[in-house]
Amino acid sequence: MAEIKTPDPSQTDKPAADTALYAVRNLEFKAALLLVFFVLLLTASTVYLLYARGAFEPTQTLILTADDTEGVVAGMDLTFSGFPIGRVRRTELAPDGSVRIVIDVPEKDSHWLRKNSVFTLVRGLVGNTNIRAYTGVLTDPKLEDGAVRAVLRGDVSAEIPKVIASTRELLDNLNNLSSGTSAISKSLANVQVATERLKGPRGVLGMVFGNEEDASKVTASLQATLERTNTLLARLDGVALRADGLTAKVDGMVAKADVQVLGKDGVVSDVKANLQTLNALLADTRASMQRVDAILKDGQAISGNAKEASVDLGSLRAEVESNLRKVESLINDINRKWPFAKDAEVKLP
Amino acid sequence: MIPTALKNSLFMHWVHLASVWLAGWARVVRLGSVLMVLALSPSTYAAEYRPALLRRVYVETVPLLAGFTLLCALISLILTRIVLATAVSFGLTQYAMQVIIRVLVLELVPLATALYVAVRCTLPSAAELARMRRKGELDALRAQGQDPLHTEVLPRVVAGVFASAMLAALSGVVTLVLVYLTVYGFSTSGLAAYTRMFGQVFSPTVTLIFFLKTVLSSMTVSLIPVASALYDPPGNQRTSAELRALVRMLAVVLVIEGAALVGNYY
Repeated sequence: MAEIKTPDPSQTDKPAADTALYAVRNLEFKAALLLVFFVLLLTASTVYLLYARGAFEPTQTLILTADDTEGVVAGMDLTFSGFPIGRVRRTELAPDGSVRIVIDVPEKDSHWLRKNSVFTLVRGLVGNTNIRAYTGVLTDPKLEDGAVRAVLRGDVSAEIPKVIASTRELLDNLNNLSSGTSAISKSLANVQVATERLKGPRGVLGMVFGNEEDASKVTASLQATLERTNTLLARLDGVALRADGLTAKVDGMVAKADVQVLGKDGVVSDVKANLQTLNALLADTRASMQRVDAILKDGQAISGNAKEASVDLGSLRAEVESNLRKVESLINDINRKWPFAKDAEVKLP
Repeated sequence: MIPTALKNSLFMHWVHLASVWLAGWARVVRLGSVLMVLALSPSTYAAEYRPALLRRVYVETVPLLAGFTLLCALISLILTRIVLATAVSFGLTQYAMQVIIRVLVLELVPLATALYVAVRCTLPSAAELARMRRKGELDALRAQGQDPLHTEVLPRVVAGVFASAMLAALSGVVTLVLVYLTVYGFSTSGLAAYTRMFGQVFSPTVTLIFFLKTVLSSMTVSLIPVASALYDPPGNQRTSAELRALVRMLAVVLVIEGAALVGNYY
């Protein structure tokens, strides 16, 4: 603190103020100190201001496009989850009439913004406008410098008139729907008519055809169809009866066949008899053959004397041939009488 | 009916008053600009004048520092509490800080500094100068070979400007610190948010206007009283020179303040 002494009354030749001034010890040094302090204060304030304005940190630019910049001012924050991660540098009008909001995002916060980030511009009823960023997938690629994104507007006060207009429209539509002349009322009336017809004498047909005439026509044709169907069924019964008779006849035929084939004098009996005859014939043939063997033995014995025995051979041969003819005729007979032979042809002897 | 002669004399009286008023302002403006040019010229800070200048700066500034800083701190504390309490009751705490900074640092502190420096420093200093001039001390100095403009007048002007700027800077910083402490307490947790908010408030335009306002106010409170003290008003005036200087100074400070508000908020 300055040590200011009261002016010395003896120094009357000097101005009073100067008297006070010269009484301060080391005044020049203290004054220089004061100046240094002032300069330091100003410098520190300036540096802090520059730091607060983000002058010392590298930033990347993000450009948001909107159709209206109302409420957006330079210096506004871009928030992510409530934390400011960027600042609006300026707003400008694009050549196509839309609004470009240029935002500086410090490099250290830029990783919150990804390719899939969504930006909204929300203006509340009370308070300022907010620009918010939402990032769903934080593993997406980072948003590049100078990226241009559209901002979604969510204006509470702007929404109210829209909501009211929509509600009014909805109410009008409801009124139209519920009025007596509306389509839905007419439809309901028609439904009522239809249900009354359902309850009427013609039932569903009456409802389907609408008038009595058509419904009665359909009923008549249905009745005719039913009658014809009945006739058809009766005829089908006759056919079935005849089929039954036919079946009985077939049964008789089968019985006759049984008698003829398996009966006492049937084919089977004949075959049995023929087989017995054949067995006898075969026995005769075997005996003949034995005699042929004996004759052949005799022939061998008398080969030297063949000339004389040739007359006997001729007669024996004739006998063998006659026996063979008998066997052949018997086989033919069997073939003729046996019904299951492969060759049903009757061969004449 | 007012007679034509009376009408004419009344009209002439108003014209005379207006011309006197205008002539007073013209003198103040002329002398003020001359002093400003001198204050900005390097010759003022030549080695032979520097001791007187430094002494004047020191004597005019240091006695005010502690008192004014305390006063500012007290007012800041009270206003911060009031605004915070009101904002909390309305659920608008997020806007309270901006309001406090804008009201206190941007508007109240520079204005209070200018007026405080005027009352405590430049007006008494100008009154002393006027007394010296009336007593012929300035002429005596000139007769002794000294330059009273450089040894008596300019140091007072420079000291006034410096004191005003110094007090504004110091009290602004003190207010900022106090607001932070009032809101966040003795913790560094709110530093980032506070810095960010500070950056938002002090946009380039606002900073420029704040700087210009502070400089112009300090020049006004230093120049006008001194300029008024160097001339005797013509005729027999009811009011003293100090009072007239105060009125002029207040008018200019109000104009500056109004212009700053227009610049900031329109």
